[in-house]
Amino acid sequence: MQSLIIVAEEIQGIEATRTGLFPDIMWLVPLLPALSFLAVLFFGKKLPGKGHSAGILAIAVAFLLSLAGFIDLVTGAETVEKSWMWFEFPGSLELTFGMNYDFLCGLMFLVVTFISLLVQIYSAGYMLDDERYTWFYAVLSLFTASMLFLVIADNLMMMLVGWEGVGVCSYLLIGHYWEEKTNSSAAIKAFITTRVGDVGFMFGIFALFIIAGTFNITEINHLAEDGGIGGIGLTIAALLLFCGAVGKSAQFPLYVWLPDAMAGPTPVSALIHAATMVVAGVYLVARTFPVFEFANGGFPLEVVGVVAAITMLVAALLALIQDDIKKVLAYSTISQLAYMFAGLAVGVFTAGIFHLFTHAFFKALLFLGAGSLIHAVHSNNMSDMGGMRKFMPATFKTYIIGSLALAGIPPLAGFFSKDEVLGGALRAGIDGTRATAWIVFGSALITAFLTALYTARMCIKTFWGDYRGHGQPHESPNSMTSPLWVLAGLTLVVGFLGFPVIGVFKYWIFTPGEVAHSFEPLYNVVLPAITVVAALGGFFLAYKWFYKGAWRFDFRATSFGWMYGFAERRYYLDDIYLGGVVKPVQYPLAAATYWANQHVLDGIVNGAAKGTLGAASGTYRADQGVVDFGVNGAAGLTGFSGGLLRHVQTGNVQRYAAMLFAGIAIFVAVFALV
Amino acid sequence: MPVSFFLVLSALLFSIGVYGVLARQHAVLVLLSVELMLNAANINLVAFAAMLGQAGVPGQVFALFIIAVAAAELGVGLAIVILIYRNRQSVDVDQMSLMKW
Repeated sequence: MQSLIIVAEEIQGIEATRTGLFPDIMWLVPLLPALSFLAVLFFGKKLPGKGHSAGILAIAVAFLLSLAGFIDLVTGAETVEKSWMWFEFPGSLELTFGMNYDFLCGLMFLVVTFISLLVQIYSAGYMLDDERYTWFYAVLSLFTASMLFLVIADNLMMMLVGWEGVGVCSYLLIGHYWEEKTNSSAAIKAFITTRVGDVGFMFGIFALFIIAGTFNITEINHLAEDGGIGGIGLTIAALLLFCGAVGKSAQFPLYVWLPDAMAGPTPVSALIHAATMVVAGVYLVARTFPVFEFANGGFPLEVVGVVAAITMLVAALLALIQDDIKKVLAYSTISQLAYMFAGLAVGVFTAGIFHLFTHAFFKALLFLGAGSLIHAVHSNNMSDMGGMRKFMPATFKTYIIGSLALAGIPPLAGFFSKDEVLGGALRAGIDGTRATAWIVFGSALITAFLTALYTARMCIKTFWGDYRGHGQPHESPNSMTSPLWVLAGLTLVVGFLGFPVIGVFKYWIFTPGEVAHSFEPLYNVVLPAITVVAALGGFFLAYKWFYKGAWRFDFRATSFGWMYGFAERRYYLDDIYLGGVVKPVQYPLAAATYWANQHVLDGIVNGAAKGTLGAASGTYRADQGVVDFGVNGAAGLTGFSGGLLRHVQTGNVQRYAAMLFAGIAIFVAVFALV
Repeated sequence: MPVSFFLVLSALLFSIGVYGVLARQHAVLVLLSVELMLNAANINLVAFAAMLGQAGVPGQVFALFIIAVAAAELGVGLAIVILIYRNRQSVDVDQMSLMKW
């Protein structure tokens, strides 16, 4: 056994040897989609293609820039971290506006801009008949800008801005078809549920600021590493940050919003709810990894591991019983996100990020393929599909590639990344670095089997059997199938970047900070063999149940019937939220708020109005009585004295002359006598 | 002759002038009375000038000025009186109370 283990070398990152040309200007990457958002929003209807041209052009340039920047980094350019003062409050509170372009950021830039580019091209075909086509492109651009902003942020406050920006765009796009009540409800549900986590995220930021005195992520990481901050405060801060990640990345128990988020257009599901936004939580944990590792001896990572282990299993089970093809993919996304967290939790940082990277490609591929299917049959339900391989050969081939990658069949992308996570969990278990490693390992292994099972079920129900829908389905236009081919091609090759020992991915992605640990996964040939056998077992069971059996296979007839009822109600989690949170809030709290509004707030408002009225009438009286009396009195006095004096003016010249002489006589008399 | 003789004459003449200005109804007579008052002043000036000898020369100059001014004043005054007569067929000063409220 021991001889089968390939001993890992000491990983060294790429040595920076020169100042790069591109990393310095990477702030342009988020700026370009932001500009295209404004352009499309204000002039979209006048632009060629009703706005998609501006969006696609901006994101294409951003992608090329990201590519240039990343190649620059890989060939030895220095990473760039700089910041500018944004606000300075009296005291020590400073908000900076900064960028931190390193390998992790560069990789995320590549993923986000690339998937966004493909999705925008794809949407030109998919959304063609949509009445809010221009608006759709505007929000898509805004989403991309927010996501890139989140990724490049060098401090937590900026990250929060991007974080909320992507949340808003997600809300807008889930509710794109808001004419149907369920869609707008889904949008609200997604927004509120992630907001529950966001509250934790915000308090985590405040907690870190209180103990570290800065928002800068690099400084916080250094402080966490050299013991400048620590103790229970750091543990609480890490757990609060993880709350945000749980909400955004749809982990147990806050994952309930992601399946409902499938109410949005399918390209949106591919971009936001599979490849980019939902990995923001994973990215957050990765960015602040030293905080998690050095708080209380890695206790927060144990929590992450347990949450991930629970999530991957429950989501995979739910994916097994869905009829809506997008919901299968949504639960699968939740499950795969849990794999990424598991990778981080057991200490194989690189593997977790590698799974994020490969998952973005094959899950975007699956979603866009599902969109192509939905476009053809005008239904999300697999019970309306069947036999599609005959009608849509391009979609079929690419979809199968994506599915095999998801199920972890070598040599596709998902196999390598998933195996590294499993290998990492195994090593952490053997070395004893994480107390919960065996739980994570066991859960991940069972999930690998379940993933193959539900993936095969999805493919069988969709592509084999007889067509059960209405009308004649047809292959999608080229603008939709070409992104599928591109993604399928990449799904075939990107896995080799992380090939054991010789892969280059581990030189790119390593933990932030200087001493945080990133273990090499345990490479041997037994573990991949086990996972491949598990996946093939899943395929075989699916073949037996769903292909040989009826397409409408009934779980209730099997010995898992008791679980089916439980899973069909989604573990009652939605009911608990509805009964335990929404209803108590909705009725008593709303009534109490109404009462308070009527009696307290209205009292205050009315009181203020009455007070104002009284003061106004008092002022009126004072004005009338005092000020006007003074003014009128002065005028009256002047008039009265004028009336008296006018009698002197007789007009008789001789009388004037007489007065003149009389006056002189008086003066003379006075002068003479005095 | 002591200067007081001239001063008494001047005072009498001035008083007559004042009486004429204040009491007469006819506008021309009022103007003539004004002339009397001016000439009373002239007598005063000339009397003092004579008393002061060489130093009194400015008094004589002032007297000449007053004569010139009186001539001009009378010219303007008579012209006004003639215009008033043409307009109103009367030069009664009591009826000329136009400058009142």
